Amino acid sequence: MIRTTVPSILEVNGLRKQFGEHVVLASVNLVVTRGSIVSVLGRSGTGKSVLLKCLAGLLTPDAGEVRFENGSVNKFRRRCSYLFQANALFDSLTAFENVALPLEQTTRLKRGEIAQAARNALKSLGLDKFADHFPAQLSGGMQKRLALARALVTHPELVLFDEPTAGLDPPARTAVFEMIVQYRREFDFTAVVVTHDVPEALAASDRVALLEEGRIYFEGTPAEFAASGDSVLRSFSNDIIAARTGLDG
Amino acid sequence: MMRLMRSVGQNSLTTVAGLGDFATFVSHAVAVVPATRQLGRRWIRAVHEQGVRCVPVVTIVGLFSGLVLGLQGYYVLARFGSAGALGTLVSLTLTRELGPVMAALMIVGQAGSAIAAEIGIHRNSEQIDALTTMGIDPVGYLVTPRLFAALIVFPVLTMAFTLVGLAGGYLSGSVLLGVDPGVYWSAVHSAVRVADVRECLVKALVFGVITIAICCHSGFTTHRRIGVSGSVAVSVSTTRAVVLASIGTLAADYLITSFLV
Repeated sequence: MIRTTVPSILEVNGLRKQFGEHVVLASVNLVVTRGSIVSVLGRSGTGKSVLLKCLAGLLTPDAGEVRFENGSVNKFRRRCSYLFQANALFDSLTAFENVALPLEQTTRLKRGEIAQAARNALKSLGLDKFADHFPAQLSGGMQKRLALARALVTHPELVLFDEPTAGLDPPARTAVFEMIVQYRREFDFTAVVVTHDVPEALAASDRVALLEEGRIYFEGTPAEFAASGDSVLRSFSNDIIAARTGLDG
Repeated sequence: MMRLMRSVGQNSLTTVAGLGDFATFVSHAVAVVPATRQLGRRWIRAVHEQGVRCVPVVTIVGLFSGLVLGLQGYYVLARFGSAGALGTLVSLTLTRELGPVMAALMIVGQAGSAIAAEIGIHRNSEQIDALTTMGIDPVGYLVTPRLFAALIVFPVLTMAFTLVGLAGGYLSGSVLLGVDPGVYWSAVHSAVRVADVRECLVKALVFGVITIAICCHSGFTTHRRIGVSGSVAVSVSTTRAVVLASIGTLAADYLITSFLV
């Protein structure tokens, strides 16, 4: 339904990436519509992060193409942000400096305007009282919010989330997805979330895709995913939930 | 025999590819200057990082180098009844050779290793990728200011090393061993020509660019270290940076000396 009424912001066609003899992505096709949250699910090692890095231009695909509203990845880069699994915050810069960095380096804004924009971003994510703290002085959840503040300060149209819940406990995982949904509304961006947190992804996403053996095996709404009797989908969901129950105790 | 030839061939290709990659890296660091924001601010920070922090080690080593030169020089020259030429020996040795080389090696040990480790950690913790995704050129942000800082830090610290070394030579030669101070400083004054100072500064500039570029490149390519990752890769990059920069300094010293002398 969404695909027919809303224009796509991102199109991936026949994306292939291999390292040596190991084919990680065989042929990935994916369409992301503007304003949606799309979760790419998959087991560990199926190439989810590789796919995201190809989308961000950090890796060059061996074949296929990534198109952003009919433009190339390089032209789109400034309209796109990336939230790294380990946050990738500059540990020698304060929270304020981390958030101000992309504005200082990529815009012609004046110093006062940059400071105001950075303070606003920090305030939006509840970090205004920690502006002078270094990332190491913040909790894991706060670091995640700081990374999101940095990703959102340039008002990107597309935000790529690489395993945003990695290493977090179940309540924190739910909180991160709620945060994505909340700030998507507030900042009006499109989100592509790579994760293996099935319940949270189904609850938060507009569409989900399952990456299996280097291809998008399934792509549809969360309801379609949940209702599907496909053995691969069920096996994936059951394995992930069983593994999570075991890990969470 | 075939295996040996294949190995030599592969190593040669790897070396040539590595040199090409290094040349591209340095060219990129220079070419990106017009597009780099806040270069001045980051340049000042880099000058502090490389220069101010290295002042103690450079001056201390300079002092002891001068002291030892004064001692050794005095005993050798005294054998030939030429102790009065001590100022000439100390000043020319420091200006033309020891000053630029020793200062460069000290800066590599103190600042170069820190640069390689810091950029290596940036690489390991995906901070370099983060810069790329933010639309910031990581070479322009991390490397260019440091490379340009070397253009001022190395000559200044080399001069400091040389001057402190001359004072060290005076302390051991004149104060301790009794060479007349007037004779010592007069020999220094008459021995050092403008061409010697120019050679000293040319060496300092070349060593600065070569060593800091090697250190930055080594840190920047930490993810390419074969068979290691994480903190071990950073450690390997740092060691590699110091070793290659030291070899580069001495090799460049030989070449410059061959052309200038």
